[in-house]
Amino acid sequence: MAGDDAILETEGLTKDFRGFLAVKNVNLRVRAGTIHALIGPNGAGKTTCFNLLTKFLQPTSGRIRFKGRDITHLRPAQVAKLGIVRSFQISAVFSHLTALENVRVALQRRRGESFDFWRSEKVLRAYDGRARELLAAVGIEAMADVPAVELPYGQKRALELATTIALEPEVMLLDEPTSGLGREDVGRIAALIKEVAKGRTVLMVEHNLAVVADLSDTITVLARGEVLAEGDYARISTDPRVREAYIGSEEG
Amino acid sequence: MAARSEPAPIAVAVPSDVLRHQKLGIVLLAALLLVAPFVFYPVFVMKVLCFALFACAFNLLIGYVGLLSFGHAAFFGTASYAAGHAAKVWGLPFELAVPFATLCSAGLGLVFGWLAIRRQGIYFAMITLALAQMLYFFYLQAPFTGGEDGIQAIPRGKLFGILDLSNDLVIYWVVAAIFMGGFLLIYRTIHSPFGQVLKAIRENEARAISLGYDTDRYKLVAFTLSAALSGLAGGTKAIVFQLASLTDVHWTMSGEVVLMALVGGLGTVFGPVLGAAVIVSLQNYLAGLGHWVTIVQGLIFVACVLAFRRGIVGELAHLLKKPL
Ligand SMILES: Nc1ncnc2c1ncn2[C@@H]1O[C@H](COP(=O)(O)OP(=O)(O)O)[C@@H](O)[C@H]1O
Ligand SMILES: [Mg+2]
Repeated sequence: MAGDDAILETEGLTKDFRGFLAVKNVNLRVRAGTIHALIGPNGAGKTTCFNLLTKFLQPTSGRIRFKGRDITHLRPAQVAKLGIVRSFQISAVFSHLTALENVRVALQRRRGESFDFWRSEKVLRAYDGRARELLAAVGIEAMADVPAVELPYGQKRALELATTIALEPEVMLLDEPTSGLGREDVGRIAALIKEVAKGRTVLMVEHNLAVVADLSDTITVLARGEVLAEGDYARISTDPRVREAYIGSEEG
Repeated sequence: MAARSEPAPIAVAVPSDVLRHQKLGIVLLAALLLVAPFVFYPVFVMKVLCFALFACAFNLLIGYVGLLSFGHAAFFGTASYAAGHAAKVWGLPFELAVPFATLCSAGLGLVFGWLAIRRQGIYFAMITLALAQMLYFFYLQAPFTGGEDGIQAIPRGKLFGILDLSNDLVIYWVVAAIFMGGFLLIYRTIHSPFGQVLKAIRENEARAISLGYDTDRYKLVAFTLSAALSGLAGGTKAIVFQLASLTDVHWTMSGEVVLMALVGGLGTVFGPVLGAAVIVSLQNYLAGLGHWVTIVQGLIFVACVLAFRRGIVGELAHLLKKPL
């Protein structure tokens, strides 16, 4: 079952919230270098899957493997250090730090642990150049010195992406990166994801099916915690079970 | 509505050249320390300085990590007893008694922090309070604390065997130096690579974890540092006032330091210093009123929570749009 091109893989992944199975026996294979979309109606268990993969939640049963290595028992920060970095469904920026500082917090990880409370933060200026490059890459270099809390929502999501990329992750897990955005911003963020996905692996939860169709190599459909279907867009979009699951729960 | 849902009145981060206001403030503070003993009673100013350092240490946690400890009296009081015991029973000089006391509080901070750090918000506050209360009852019974009497007539002694600390002005300069040292260390911590991670944790802990930071360890280091500096304040206070008593470990002491930081401005550099000055002055000048002091303090607390959430320095910083 384990193909050598799978970078992130789960086997029988299950999460039981006191009797409620939010994720049921999910076998997921994310191939290296691809964009893999996880879709499904609200409450299907997509975010829970992300929480399990990044160890923000401990699975009730099942295994998680990264490049063949079992990471089921690691702590979330350790998973991140291995190169699996997630974003959050609701934009997660450091509100009262400037955009530049937000990105720098990620870049600072290269120093290893930063317990040096006696040293001036001037040493962090070494990262300013790279931080500005990353802000420019997502189109918000003009906002470098603005506290994140003052950025419009679309720019917050862009900042989040810049912060994630700053870690040069091998695998990025993006939870609804375009949710809450206007149409123009959706296009911009989608293009950005496409750009930064080069040379990386992306697993993303996305509701906007146009974005999913445009970006993803593989799509996994989750419903009530279980994998309902898997394949490319053409195959998924014509699958009657998928249509039924979507219509059965909410919109289309 | 939007204004009310703002989580906490915290200072906005800005590029470092704007920090010159803070640097100017530090110079002013140092100048104030130089003239203060000639304008006010040195003993009064020393009391303010000890509590100011205590409040700054407490503020490092609430203001820059977002952790509300309601048991900080444990660290202040432990150091107070440790310094008192070391100086009086063991006959250690000031320069050994105070560092010993600081170390005791640091060790205690490591233990309390390890027990409390995994909890969030109000649970963290409750655990720190519970641990501090346990320690209070221990000190109430323990033979070396002198129970209700406390440790009295602690000798001030001579610093390095030369400087006679029984002279109020001489010990004032020592206390001023200790305060300034502690204050600058906190200032540096806030503006260090470590401090930057702390602020990230304060803003969004889950995100900090997702970037690979082991946030519990950062919080534990910050907690221990805060406990140590609270200990430095408590140990110094015991020797200056030649008294270590149950008041120092009582939960009301934990409450007072919250009030000082709150009045001055949580998450501001200078707020806790001003807050300590205001509260200590109130206590001194209203001392004749007995229980009214407590009521006045309570009213100030209510006023801060309802109308002045940023505190004095926080409001000023907001008006000037500069971090202070
Ligand atoms: N921490 C939790 N405790 C209990 N139930 C939860 C928890 N997190 C999620 N759930 C439940 O699990 C189901 C899946 O949620 P989620 O993974 O957020 O769905 P999705 O992201 O696909 O919309 C929902 O019914 C949700 O209520
Ligand atoms: Mg979700």
